[in-house]
Amino acid sequence: MRGLFSTVPPVTVMTSENPAPASDTPRLQMRGISKSFGGVAALRDVDFTLRAGEIHGLVGENGAGKSTMMKIIAGVHTGYEGRMLIDGREVHFRSARDALAAGIGMVHQELSIMPDLTVAENVYLGKQPVNAAGLVDWPAMTTGARAQLKSLGIDVDPKTRMGDLPIGLQQLIELARVLFSGARIIILDEPTSALSPPEVQLLFDVLKGVRASGRSIVFISHFLDDILSISDTVTVFRNGRLVVTHGVEGIDKGWLIDKMIGAGHEDLEESYLGNIALASKPDAPVVLAAEGLTYGRAYADISFEAKAGEILGIYGFMGCGQIELARTLFGKLRPDRGGLSIAGRRRRLRNTTQAREAGIAFVPENRRSMLFYEQPVYKNVSISILARISRLWLRPEKEREIARRHVESLHIRPPRADVALGALSGGNQQKVALAKWLTHRPKVLVLSEPTRGMDVGAKDDVVKIVRALADEGLAVVVVSAEPETVLSLADRVLVMKKGRIVHEFANETISKDRLLAAA
Amino acid sequence: MTLQQSNAAAMPRTGVFLRSQMRNIAPFATLILLIVFFSFASPSFATIDNAANILTQISVAGIMAVGLTFVILCGEIDLSVASVANATGIVVAFFTMQEAYVNIANVPLPGWLAIVLALASCLALGLVNAVGTTVVGIPSFIMTLAMMQIGAGICALLVRGQIAYAVPDLVNTLGAGRIYGFPTIGLVLIAFLVVGHVTLRYTRFGRYIFMVGGNREAAEYSGVNVKVVLGAALVICAVCSGVAGMLGVAHFGSAQQNEFDGYLLDAIAAVVVGGTSLFGGRGGIGNTIVGLCVLGVLNNGLDHIQIDSFLKILIRGLILLAALIVNVYVQNIRTVERAQGG
Repeated sequence: MRGLFSTVPPVTVMTSENPAPASDTPRLQMRGISKSFGGVAALRDVDFTLRAGEIHGLVGENGAGKSTMMKIIAGVHTGYEGRMLIDGREVHFRSARDALAAGIGMVHQELSIMPDLTVAENVYLGKQPVNAAGLVDWPAMTTGARAQLKSLGIDVDPKTRMGDLPIGLQQLIELARVLFSGARIIILDEPTSALSPPEVQLLFDVLKGVRASGRSIVFISHFLDDILSISDTVTVFRNGRLVVTHGVEGIDKGWLIDKMIGAGHEDLEESYLGNIALASKPDAPVVLAAEGLTYGRAYADISFEAKAGEILGIYGFMGCGQIELARTLFGKLRPDRGGLSIAGRRRRLRNTTQAREAGIAFVPENRRSMLFYEQPVYKNVSISILARISRLWLRPEKEREIARRHVESLHIRPPRADVALGALSGGNQQKVALAKWLTHRPKVLVLSEPTRGMDVGAKDDVVKIVRALADEGLAVVVVSAEPETVLSLADRVLVMKKGRIVHEFANETISKDRLLAAA
Repeated sequence: MTLQQSNAAAMPRTGVFLRSQMRNIAPFATLILLIVFFSFASPSFATIDNAANILTQISVAGIMAVGLTFVILCGEIDLSVASVANATGIVVAFFTMQEAYVNIANVPLPGWLAIVLALASCLALGLVNAVGTTVVGIPSFIMTLAMMQIGAGICALLVRGQIAYAVPDLVNTLGAGRIYGFPTIGLVLIAFLVVGHVTLRYTRFGRYIFMVGGNREAAEYSGVNVKVVLGAALVICAVCSGVAGMLGVAHFGSAQQNEFDGYLLDAIAAVVVGGTSLFGGRGGIGNTIVGLCVLGVLNNGLDHIQIDSFLKILIRGLILLAALIVNVYVQNIRTVERAQGG
């Protein structure tokens, strides 16, 4: 049994060694694909072709339709218009399981590994070899996993606990699992976002080996340099349309950004199109200063200053550490190294209460983690200032009065303070989340993705409110992965990349393409 | 609060209103049904005397349930209530002069000092629960399970299998006395219920309890010190249990090992049967009162209609199961509605 597994390659690898004719029939064809969610078109008449043995880079902004497309291919979205052909045969998946059976595998940005199992168990997850007695054949599993990983050029002890490996190796092992499950089309979603440069190189080496075996890879990424260095072909999505598919030769980052944001095209919103002049305030007093903040793998050596009356934007792709940074500023996470000064005083924030008392307010990216859906609006508004308006006994009339004032000034609909919060629309809920901090009069307001998922009108309202707060002298820190959010709010922009600040835009004109190019 | 909410939500349809109030209606309907049933089944049930009886019978579990309401509203649990009660009751007896025939190495102290020491010990046990749960990060279920054993150990060490009888006069008056024929322990229960209710509804701390139970993450992101709130709830619960234990010892006339074992289930059942959400954030002392009455009427009523005493245990179990089903079912309705309304 032991010898069997180490000598005979698994069935799945054999399939891949007999690739379909690479030249004529494409491995995957998507013809005229359209998909909409509740009347909003996510994909419009997209034709996409993936050849055998190619690495196909996929770029586009958030919401451009890349993910929807890939979810259709992976059988997650089953209702769509258009046709899908694999090796020239038409298929229609009814589930992700169907897609898997047809040889389509996906590695998500959030890995689905089992950290407490060994590498071998993860590789064989769900299909462990068994011996004659029907028990798991551990020796076969270990030797099999070792051989399979070696064939990909991954040198790792299969008995290692998965969680003890660096994230780059975990990702490779998940990739290995997808490969060994027989996938001929592998979709990688942001595979390099958490990797260090050597890890990226290792991943690329493995991917080249996979390509050589005739399998096809779709490589989705915001990191255009990575796309350009590994892909054979690049496809750009914008606003649900496939803009262009082009061989990687002769194109560069600027060309890709142009195609992604469609400079000069009519389907872009006016305000984000042109150049925005940043008006930083060098003379304003520094309210918040971070020095060398470092937190685990999330971010390292972050230093910046936020000034009174200034909106500081921190831009970076999803997973670049900006979310963790925002939580650190509010005392939810405690940094491994580095320090914070608030209004000139050095602070060591041990919890969110201390952060609040030090004058910091925070609105997290997810409204659910900041609001009480079953409670009336006024209790949502008052919770963060309760300590100020009541020592022992509650004063509900005072709470209602404060809440009513905010409901009125922020144009919250319906204009009542005792409606259950869950009955409000998303945009109005977000306003309540802001209102929580308005009476608090913080020195620093930290906003994480303040306009995510809001309609244009509500976005404008939020922008106005935040502007007004800054004009009153607050230091505002806006953390976002959406360029529009940062551009529409910030007076100064820091760009984060893989946990570090890599660029600062101040007192200059900035545009979306410059922002994207810096990240 | 629940009433305010439903008014506020302005839900015109009666069906929706009833469903949203199911948490409160179901236990109350159960209580009415039980009272009507036992009134018809036994002529001796529906009397003033028996009402006083029921109040006395639920007193010990009731005082524990007040503290437990705080903990469950936070979405946590305290399994050590009966054990802490037992330990505190034994501590107060340990420091009281016992009769010569009681073979315990007790340390006679003035009555007030014995009471202070007993209160200090339940406070200390509650602090251990609080530190273990919030600072160390042990889930309250496991932490208080360990405390249950620790409390039992303290009892065992102090009485060594013996039984003590004497308690300080004050404890005796409160636990076993009568005022104008009315049992004082019932009055103590009412006082605890009132203070508990006022604390939960009208103080800042009470609001924090509900908010932490309703959405712990949101409370934290609002700058509420969640750990302090949880810790305080566990300490309050332990002190309530301790008082229940002292008065219980006076009420039963003896202090011994395993004296309160049945009260853990009773206290939890009272809170949950009353409709306080096991997931936290919803319910309150009002619900606990109804839950206590359901339990009290059930226990007492089953004695009035000659029924197999072994069957009683099964019936209580079934009632508790039904309450749990309603509790979880109501929670699911809310989750689904939230997901749809999201």
